[in-house]
Amino acid sequence: MSGHIVSVKLYLGIFVALLCLTALTTGVAYIDLGAFNTVAALAIAVVKMLLVVLFFMHVKYSGRLIQVFILAGVLFLAILVTFTLADELTRHWSPTPTGWGMLAPFLLRFF
Amino acid sequence: MTVHTAHPPGFAHQFEDMEQQREAGSLGMWVFLLTEIMFFGGLFASYIIYRALYLPAFEIGSHLLEVKFGALNTAVLILSSLTMALAIHSAQVGKRRAQVGFLIATMILGAAFLAIKFTFEWHHDYVEHLVPGFGFIIRPEWGAAGQHVPMFFCFYFFMTGLHAMHMIIGIGLLTVLTVMAHRGRFTPEYYAPLEVSGLYWHFVDIIWIFLFPLLYLIGGRYIGGGH
Repeated sequence: MSGHIVSVKLYLGIFVALLCLTALTTGVAYIDLGAFNTVAALAIAVVKMLLVVLFFMHVKYSGRLIQVFILAGVLFLAILVTFTLADELTRHWSPTPTGWGMLAPFLLRFF
Repeated sequence: MTVHTAHPPGFAHQFEDMEQQREAGSLGMWVFLLTEIMFFGGLFASYIIYRALYLPAFEIGSHLLEVKFGALNTAVLILSSLTMALAIHSAQVGKRRAQVGFLIATMILGAAFLAIKFTFEWHHDYVEHLVPGFGFIIRPEWGAAGQHVPMFFCFYFFMTGLHAMHMIIGIGLLTVLTVMAHRGRFTPEYYAPLEVSGLYWHFVDIIWIFLFPLLYLIGGRYIGGGH
């Protein structure tokens, strides 16, 4: 017994869809959508990734174990990006430490 | 004692059956690819942060790349993923000559990608003094943001360079696979090397699917109508 065989027709369909999405993402880049340009580009990239992963990489037909492993990988990538951004983009929220001097008002209360 | 039946070629005895062996092989390859996701993920995460910090410089840098070559290379890689998938399909249905043909086509397309990358893009960037560390010239028309443009090109060359390195390794794998396929090593029961190398090839394709919009497209192409 061999693994699930995807038909040539489906492979060709996925290929055409990927080409159309490439043309779409290139075209959209030339239209001014403000911040939505980045969102559109990444959303199309994610759709293309899903097509490749599910059909070309046979994950749609793989066992649950492999699917769970892949989701774990995506989760760890999300942690990497989110936590790094959470640090980098919030640094200006708290005042810059100025050494022990900032403790002076607090310490002076005891004297 | 059970009767020792003939087992299919490529079957390793520690597995219950071919199905379990195939699943274990794919799972192992996926674990490797997950480490690759984290490997590229570090670059992607730092790209996001530096883009947020120096957005004007990143948009200037992105404008200096040629979208047409990026889009063409995307199409070439997608086509190579199709031929790779068809090579595995040929093994599954037991067509040896088609396997060899599709594998060679995949190699040629991979080489075409690298040729476009190296000659039309990297060499052009070098001539235009856009390679940090190799005579990068900050142009006056970039204004105050100009000092951070080399940062964009550092990311560009590291990300596309690491991707190109993976392509070269992939072509090496395909060379071995083509010889194996030619010798008739793959049968509808056993084609694990094809399957896991295919996963690798598609993974490298996915990396490019993200690099293309991140590097070429989201740099505010519409400002001034692009090139």
